[in-house]
Amino acid sequence: MIQPLTEEQRFQLVPGPEGLIETQQLAVSIGPQHPSTHGVFRMDCVLDGEVVVKLRPVMGYLHRNHEQLAEKMAWLGSMPYTDRLDYLNSMANNWAYALAVEKLAGIKVPERAEYIRVIMAELTRLLNHASVIGFMLQDLGAWGTPLLYAFREREKILDLFECVSGSRMMCNYFRFGGLRVDMDEKALGMARDVVAKFPKFLDEFEQLLTENEVVLARCQKVGILPKELAINGSITGPMARASGVEYDVRKVDKYGVYGRFDFRVPVGAVGDVYDRYMIRVLEMREAIKILQQALRDIPAGPHVAPEVKVRNFKVPEGDGYARTESPKGELGFYLVSDKTGKQPYRYHVRPPSFINLTTLEDMCLGHKVADVVIILGSVDIVLGEVDR
Amino acid sequence: MGLLGKGLFAGMAVTARNFIGSYFDGGRKERLFTYQYPEEKMPLPENSRTFPFLVCDDEQDPVGTMRCVACKICETECPPQCIYIVMDRDEKGKPQQRPKVFDIDISVCMQCQICVEVCPFDAIKMDCDYEKSQHGRFDELVEHLPDLLKSNAYYNRIKPTEASAVDARLKAAQEKKAKKAVPAAKAEGPAPAAS
Amino acid sequence: MEQLYQLLHGWFANAPDAVLRTVAIVVPILLIITVFPGVFAYITLIERKALGRIQNRIGPNRVGPWGILQPIADGLKLLTKEDIVPRRADKFVHFLAPVIAVVPAIVLFAVLPVGPGLVPVDLPIGILFAFAVSTASVLALFMGGWASRNKFSLLGAMRAVAQVVSYEVPMVLAAVAVVMAAGTLSTVGIMHKQAGGFLNIAHWYIFQPWGFVGFVLFVIGAMAESARTPFDIPEAESEIIAGYHTEYSGFKFALFQMGEYLASMAMAGITVTMFLGGYNGPGVGWKYIGPLIGVGYFFAKLLSIIFVIIWIRGTWPRIRVDQLMAFAWKVLLPMSILNIVAVAIAHYMESKFWAWIVTAVLLFVAAVILSKIGSPQNVERRTYRYAA
Repeated sequence: MIQPLTEEQRFQLVPGPEGLIETQQLAVSIGPQHPSTHGVFRMDCVLDGEVVVKLRPVMGYLHRNHEQLAEKMAWLGSMPYTDRLDYLNSMANNWAYALAVEKLAGIKVPERAEYIRVIMAELTRLLNHASVIGFMLQDLGAWGTPLLYAFREREKILDLFECVSGSRMMCNYFRFGGLRVDMDEKALGMARDVVAKFPKFLDEFEQLLTENEVVLARCQKVGILPKELAINGSITGPMARASGVEYDVRKVDKYGVYGRFDFRVPVGAVGDVYDRYMIRVLEMREAIKILQQALRDIPAGPHVAPEVKVRNFKVPEGDGYARTESPKGELGFYLVSDKTGKQPYRYHVRPPSFINLTTLEDMCLGHKVADVVIILGSVDIVLGEVDR
Repeated sequence: MGLLGKGLFAGMAVTARNFIGSYFDGGRKERLFTYQYPEEKMPLPENSRTFPFLVCDDEQDPVGTMRCVACKICETECPPQCIYIVMDRDEKGKPQQRPKVFDIDISVCMQCQICVEVCPFDAIKMDCDYEKSQHGRFDELVEHLPDLLKSNAYYNRIKPTEASAVDARLKAAQEKKAKKAVPAAKAEGPAPAAS
Repeated sequence: MEQLYQLLHGWFANAPDAVLRTVAIVVPILLIITVFPGVFAYITLIERKALGRIQNRIGPNRVGPWGILQPIADGLKLLTKEDIVPRRADKFVHFLAPVIAVVPAIVLFAVLPVGPGLVPVDLPIGILFAFAVSTASVLALFMGGWASRNKFSLLGAMRAVAQVVSYEVPMVLAAVAVVMAAGTLSTVGIMHKQAGGFLNIAHWYIFQPWGFVGFVLFVIGAMAESARTPFDIPEAESEIIAGYHTEYSGFKFALFQMGEYLASMAMAGITVTMFLGGYNGPGVGWKYIGPLIGVGYFFAKLLSIIFVIIWIRGTWPRIRVDQLMAFAWKVLLPMSILNIVAVAIAHYMESKFWAWIVTAVLLFVAAVILSKIGSPQNVERRTYRYAA
């Protein structure tokens, strides 16, 4: 039987500096039930006064066996389960999985479907970044106001998703070779409406927060992630770009039709919490540019490759890895198909939140308890992805 | 602290604008996006989906005119395995093209719509009713065949474009089958008349 | 109370003295106990509705028309909840902490002049009494945190004591400036000094430069005393889940909330008395409806200050503990000492007009210099570059 860890093994009190006063360290578990850990996530901390001396993240409270389930179902059957990986951005996860299967099976996706995929992914990026900034400010202590403003905009995009795919969050919209249904003119009009109104909301949001002295004082020089550590720890996404790593999968791989759009990738210098917040705001503005170009250039055509069957879909033998720039980082799927080809032999997800969380201790040492919560908020985790 | 807290007051101006704007919103749901729920329900778009239901062509005889033939394709393809079908057999054990038992456990169903996509007979479609809470957790949340059968008129009412497309396709298929049957009947026709 | 005794003596000249004195004491007590908690209950409703409107939603509106019966529903709910005490907690201290939180706040109302002749006790040392009593509520925070035997509560209690004690100092010094200008410690006396002038408004101390700075300092101190955002470290929900009142449920929790709101109301009342002229305003001297108008003015000013406090709560995030202390000791304390110097200058200069100009310039320059020195050293404006 596996024995649970004892108190000493869990906390590992670190000897403090010598001094005139003898102090005692406080071992606290910022535990699974907490208003600000973004889900069921535990951190075992050792505090010296208010300063964090040691921190150990404990994950696994939301493990749902996603990878093993996919090995028992047909290829299409695990598409709804990928919605529930990063449950706030379901379209991004769908795309990564569809891309992996299309790479293995060699399916070509028609143009209109590619443009709609880009539109959906960038809308997802908008709603993710707005929500993350809202949640980070909620952790900072602004009682709900920025969060509810962000959710007001998110609602418009979710209504658009409901119009197109039938469901607000668990969309299940992407299929191998294209999309499930086409996006009609009414939905495109709604998308144009959202894109037209979003910059005004961003300006209001920035006025509320970017120059705010309290936000500046609390977020700058807190939770610095050095560039070498980011590269060595495989950090991707806005967190890496805030530390100065110039890497964006959309520019490197140019998957889909991203090669045709003109957009820039913002890069930060210091790598603290404030940089991550500002990089996300700038990425939202770039996403609006991509959306405007996509909505302008979208061609007519079929929305799914005609040779793909819905039932009895077989994938030739082989293995492959495909990745996309999901709003949280690089989301990758590694699939292995065996001789029968009816279901995956091995299915593995590379979740960005999980990999980004491994540097949490290095970022938090030397800061105070209040900062730990903000640093966790800026890493932008979703427990569905961390624990799968 | 900035120049005497300039950024702080800019933030307060934004909040004040939202506060005053919420009184003068006029139903546009820009500055006050509350729907008073039981009295005022949010209008759902046509495509929204919640749980599946079975389509029958005529409301007066639901069991006789249902489109489902108990082929069990949806049961096989359902990812969380929430559908349970038993085919109807008559007294001699010959299978009828009808389900005797068709259960969907809505506490398991994840509303993925794969059953609708794979059905070859347009028999199962997605409903948009979301007020389905019951007082128990297990047996009360399993929907059986009589509850699942709803008429084509209802389907046309909740999803007009999709239902009219389905109706057009079914009618075209039926006409093609009738046209193929007519030359066969004509081919047989003169022979009996001749004798 | 004195005036009530005189009034009763006039009406019932032949009644025994002890009875009249008892009635003259009991009636104001009953009035304070019913009126101010009633106002507190409706201030909670106003706060919820105002925060709701700021966040683009309606506050409570189901319990009565416009949610009027909501405080009663909340009170009933908290009364009928199970009273949970942790098993190893210190029961006596755990029981006593909410009581100590509430009693000083109610006692403070005894020196507030609500209307002409309507002060319960006209103490010659009113302001001193007010500050002495309000400081006693610090004990309640610490008792609540210690008795709960919970590490998070203890953290909250430590921070609460540090915060309240540090913000007492600039608050009291700002009040000292007013006392110097008025020449008396009695609340009624300070308020009478602000009567007269154009429409009974012109002599309010807030219109003097030292009065304005004192007002700002006092309101900041009042927000910190009653632990309201941006100073709500003791009960910072996102870090230490409610701090010193985590382990309280039912009516004890209601008493803590009542203590917090009553303290902020009482402090707002003292602000009104010292800086905004108490119940002075046009029409207070009229014969029969003068007192009613005075009471109306007092409550209108009180509610407007409370509305500003609620507005600030809905907008700004909270400050971290060490930044909070730095702000109190490095910025507010020098400012309050300079304020006292400014009052002295204004008192001894002959020309009132030049006194106004000189003190205004002095305080403005001091504020600018202190805000530059006292701000955290690492705050900067940043620009971001874009990758290729």
